[in-house]
Amino acid sequence: MTPGLLFALTGIALFSSGVAGLILQTHLLRKIIAFNVMGSGAFLVLVGLAQRSGEPDPVSQAMVLTGIVVSIAATALALALARRLLNLTGEMRFPAEGQDD
Amino acid sequence: MTRGTGRFRKMLVSVGCASLAGAAVFAVMALPEPAVRLAGPVEANMDRSGVTHPVTAVLLNFRGYDTLLEIAVLLLALLGVAAAGGSEKIGLRRLPSAPHAFLQSLTRLMAPLMVLAAGYLLWAGSHRPGGAFQAAAVLAAGIVLLFLAGLLPERLQSDRLLRVGMVAGFLVFLAVAAFPLAGGALLQYPVPLAGALILLIESGLTISLALILSGLFLRLPDEFEEEEE
Repeated sequence: MTPGLLFALTGIALFSSGVAGLILQTHLLRKIIAFNVMGSGAFLVLVGLAQRSGEPDPVSQAMVLTGIVVSIAATALALALARRLLNLTGEMRFPAEGQDD
Repeated sequence: MTRGTGRFRKMLVSVGCASLAGAAVFAVMALPEPAVRLAGPVEANMDRSGVTHPVTAVLLNFRGYDTLLEIAVLLLALLGVAAAGGSEKIGLRRLPSAPHAFLQSLTRLMAPLMVLAAGYLLWAGSHRPGGAFQAAAVLAAGIVLLFLAGLLPERLQSDRLLRVGMVAGFLVFLAVAAFPLAGGALLQYPVPLAGALILLIESGLTISLALILSGLFLRLPDEFEEEEE
């Protein structure tokens, strides 16, 4: 097993635990963190798979660098929306079904 | 929801995610060797890129589109944060408590060093790992640190100046990208000028990205306020 493949498999583990967290956690901050864990997993898969044969691939590294910055922006937007929801409803979670007013 | 259905749901999601992971592992192990190796063409064209570090060459020359759109996405996210009830001016966000004296003196010590490190990272990008994003991340951390220590200069909180600084990087990049349109295609820099143009773009990007990244933090809506009785 090459280190690249190990990175990719670790990425898969991170991504799936991120998906589980995104569904199971109810607190919005935890959901956002789970979403970030998913993203990190995807980046690891991208970088790891591209260098499975041993030599690093500058193209996928540049793509992941771009992706990291975009994921920071998405996280900030998600935090702003969560804060807005907190200000409006006083709760850091999605309103339960059938409880709309 | 009763306790039983909650536990059932938890188990269902865990099993689902485990099988997702299993399928992905299987797919990765069964992948054939890639038919196209991009490292080769990148290596072959390095002397036309204007820089000597392959990642920087891909980011700002070969795949400049991605970087150009990325800074646009960041601006869009900042607009979204501001629209979601963010404050009009960054100065409006209040500090949770009076900054500690130790934090203040440490920040006074760190801030110049962080500017120096950012400058070095920006310069290093052309020949070794580094570049506009790394430099901007350090600068943005410095701005946030200054803010938390209550030391952010008034001048840096001027709204108009900030807005100009935030879009400057994008506009410089767009201008440089459009400049070769007359004789070729978008983002096709003339080979002898490529190095200088990339440094110009990266300098603009560093300042704008630092302001945007720190702005994302400083413009988050204020703390949730309990209503006073």
